[in-house]
Amino acid sequence: MEIVLAIMIGFLYAAGIYMILRRSLVKLILGIIILGNGANLLIFLLGRISKGRPPIIAGDLKVFAEAYADPIPQALILTAIVISFGLQSFAIILIKRVYKVVKTDDLDEMNAIDQDS
Amino acid sequence: MLIAVLLGFVFSLLLVVAGKFFRGKPAILSAIIPLSLFVYFSGFINEVSGGGVIRQSFKWVPSFGVNLGFTLDGLSLLFSLMITGIGFLVFVYTSTYLKGHEYLDRFYGYLSMFMASMLGLVLSDNMISLFVFWELTSISSFFLIGFNNKSEASRKSAITALAVTGLGGMSLLAGALILGSVGGTYTISELLNSNQVIADSPYYIPIVIFMFGAAFTKSAQFPFHFWLPGSMLAPTPVSTYLHSATMVKAGIYLLMRFTPILGNTEFWNSTLLIVGAITMVYAAIHALFRKDLKGILAYSTISALGILVFLIGQGTEKALLAAALFIVVHALYKATLFLVTGIIDLQTQTRDVTVLRGLRKVMLPVAIAGFLAAISSAGIPPTVGFLGKELTYESTLALISMPVLWIALILITKILLLYAGFVAGISPFVGKLPEQFANTKKPGMLLWLPPMILAVTGIGFGIFPALVEPIVFPVVTAMGESLGNEHLKLWHGFNTVLWLSIATIAIGTVLYFILKPSQKLVESAERFEFLSPKALTTVGWAYFNKVSSLWTRIFQNGYLRNYVSTIVVFLIGLAGYSLYQTAKFDLDLSTLNEITLYEMAVVAMMFSSIFFVVFTKSRLTAVASMGVMGLSICLLFVFYSAPDLAMTQFSIDTLTVILFVLVLYRLPRYLKLSDYRTRIKDGIISLAFGSIITVLILEVLASPVDKTISKYYAENAYVLAKGKNVVNVILVDFRGSDTFMEISVLAIAAIGVYALLKLHLKETDQH
Amino acid sequence: MRTIILKTASSYLLPVLLIFSVFILLRGHYLPGGGFVGGLIASMAYVLHAFANGLSDTKNLLRFHPGFLMPIGLALAFVSGMAPLFLDLPFMTGLWYPGEIPVLGSIGSALFFDIGVYLVVVGVTLTIIFTIVDTI
Repeated sequence: MEIVLAIMIGFLYAAGIYMILRRSLVKLILGIIILGNGANLLIFLLGRISKGRPPIIAGDLKVFAEAYADPIPQALILTAIVISFGLQSFAIILIKRVYKVVKTDDLDEMNAIDQDS
Repeated sequence: MLIAVLLGFVFSLLLVVAGKFFRGKPAILSAIIPLSLFVYFSGFINEVSGGGVIRQSFKWVPSFGVNLGFTLDGLSLLFSLMITGIGFLVFVYTSTYLKGHEYLDRFYGYLSMFMASMLGLVLSDNMISLFVFWELTSISSFFLIGFNNKSEASRKSAITALAVTGLGGMSLLAGALILGSVGGTYTISELLNSNQVIADSPYYIPIVIFMFGAAFTKSAQFPFHFWLPGSMLAPTPVSTYLHSATMVKAGIYLLMRFTPILGNTEFWNSTLLIVGAITMVYAAIHALFRKDLKGILAYSTISALGILVFLIGQGTEKALLAAALFIVVHALYKATLFLVTGIIDLQTQTRDVTVLRGLRKVMLPVAIAGFLAAISSAGIPPTVGFLGKELTYESTLALISMPVLWIALILITKILLLYAGFVAGISPFVGKLPEQFANTKKPGMLLWLPPMILAVTGIGFGIFPALVEPIVFPVVTAMGESLGNEHLKLWHGFNTVLWLSIATIAIGTVLYFILKPSQKLVESAERFEFLSPKALTTVGWAYFNKVSSLWTRIFQNGYLRNYVSTIVVFLIGLAGYSLYQTAKFDLDLSTLNEITLYEMAVVAMMFSSIFFVVFTKSRLTAVASMGVMGLSICLLFVFYSAPDLAMTQFSIDTLTVILFVLVLYRLPRYLKLSDYRTRIKDGIISLAFGSIITVLILEVLASPVDKTISKYYAENAYVLAKGKNVVNVILVDFRGSDTFMEISVLAIAAIGVYALLKLHLKETDQH
Repeated sequence: MRTIILKTASSYLLPVLLIFSVFILLRGHYLPGGGFVGGLIASMAYVLHAFANGLSDTKNLLRFHPGFLMPIGLALAFVSGMAPLFLDLPFMTGLWYPGEIPVLGSIGSALFFDIGVYLVVVGVTLTIIFTIVDTI
């Protein structure tokens, strides 16, 4: 399964980069989100995955009785997911604002505007 | 002592608000600060000369071993007295020199900031705080050199000085960090005990090289000396204070401070001897070819700094005593000469020695001060300069290897310095007063008194050497040498040293009468200017600029996708190459999870959503596919024991889709902007990047994983933090500070969104 | 989207979802959940309400701008981190009330920290979404 996931993450990265390389602003945002998803899965996978062993100490025990999934990548990803929401919303609003001001979502045209002024 | 150091900073802050008040008459009141500090430090002379060392320490960043520790021993005391004493005179002098200047308050602010940082530098007992104060002196020196900020040359010299001394500062930091890790502490006084460990360490040579880098740039040693003549564009009080008496001696201070720790090795001594000797001779010869008074003084200062480095390089207690005494001697006569030059400049509007003549008739007190300084610089008895010169010869004669060469070099230097001193201190005042200066106004008492005090002190120390002994002897004690029952005296009897002195004075005086500074000499020197380190640096600088602007034009072209593709292609090349070299592809398949049907279904959903996001022409489809992608990831989290992640991903996914739907409808349709070929090219780049990532993941999966930290968290989650959900415990307890930062960032993003939408940009509304 | 069914359902769902979010928040230390997820669920409850009844209704319900939750939450989290300093312990040391509380289990500074996170997340999400809905 890890191999399948590795290939899938590779595709996520490829799709993310491809979208970032487009000239449309909206695609740029989508690309960043895809890349973020890919990165989350990458961290998750590299922490080694296992089924049915959440990192939660069971019942009355004080320490783990059996093997558990690595909690550190999970903690990292959890914050990453929430932060990326902040980033995405900010980026989306930035795009909206930029579109309102310069009336284009073509990144190249924006450069031209920048040089004129 | 902390208050003493901070006083100057507080005062310069005060000037920010009360600047107007100090710009006028009350400017002279600011001299109270250095005066009171001088009195404060004088109070320690008795205690320190009796062998006492005063230490104070304040916690700053204790976890990194960085404390605000202060030590007042003989070495620090000598420098503190110089900084505050000369500082006081310079403060007084400035009040007249820059009277009515629109930025006088600013000048005082910089000056007192400098004074405070310099005090901090010489009192610091911690290498990190030493570094901080070191950089502060560079910065305040930058402001002071560039004080005439309307002149381009002045701004340029300020930048050059900052670049050179700033480079030295970095070097100091590097040296200090290595030294700290080798010696196990950043406290200088504690390092004294481990000098043997340091000398034996393989890092000894790098440490010394970095320390030299700092000292040589600050103290203008060859080939870093060129910033000092340039800095002479600063107002004369600055040249007096920073660039002859105190700041440039910071490098010397550093060398002396670290002599007991790093010194007494072949490398240390011979490097210092050679660099010092080159500097002193080179700069002394240069002084011959100048006709600008300040230029002459600048080069003779560099030469004097060279002598100091040379003396420290000798390393014997006699040489160190000579160095300590020469610091005092030089500060006294060179500051006097600078102040005298400043008065001449102010009254006659010129500093050209070829035209200045007979000024004694219009400014007799200034002439007396100049004369006294000149004979002290020449080492003519009964000045303190004579004592310094005798000691220098004496210790050089005692050198074991090649004493004749060293004696010859120091003799030449001393002769040329005598010449320079005479030209600067005597020649403007003798002879017939030219017509053009006949109406020169007499300088006020506040102008001529400071140089006079300095010059008379120089004579006083010469006649009564016992006065200077309690200041210079403890310096040598502080450096770990004992002097025994030594005393300074003018008369040593007829010996080699005396003959050398007589030769110096005789040849120098003859030289002064034969060789007059002239335009021709200046021009003959300028012919070789292109070979000087300064010219070479300037040329190098120009090339550097050219290359960097070319570089910028190629890579910083303003197109996001070019940046991204450059980075990605570079990464593919780099990672691909190293993977090709090292990858073994020996993933143990038995350790992997097996593939189940429902997992395959989720993966298929992922692939199709990726496909739709990339290739669809409709924005709604793209957003819907993004939603599907997020949900599939959420399912993967569920499968692989990450319930917290699944819940978070699910909620965020929902919110993102809502956000997109809300905003996206107001955005234009996708345009087909790129042509077919670009898309193929980008496709290849991104697929290559994706494959590299895949290979990388497989490689990492094949290598063993270190779970020490996870284990620590898992084992202590309940024991230490009373929680059973380890992920949550990490977030709110173990790494709580990180989470706090994260929610702060979130809040900032929300405020950003709010501001972007609610606050209208004024300009755009007007369009 | 203002259908009667959704409107009716949402006004019942809002309190249920809010209670659920607090439940998720409080159990976070022992079982899956916590401030982040709880906060997100609470904000989804409000967003749903806003979709069904219109933003002004939701705003009336809230009575104050959700942005105020951010500083309150940050302050709470910060204070719970600072509290150990008064007992001469390093920043962010966990402090625990010795006894057990019936519903919540043991109470400590980490719980207040988590509540702070919850408030910030609600504040951030609602500020972003309300601002966007407002200006479009």
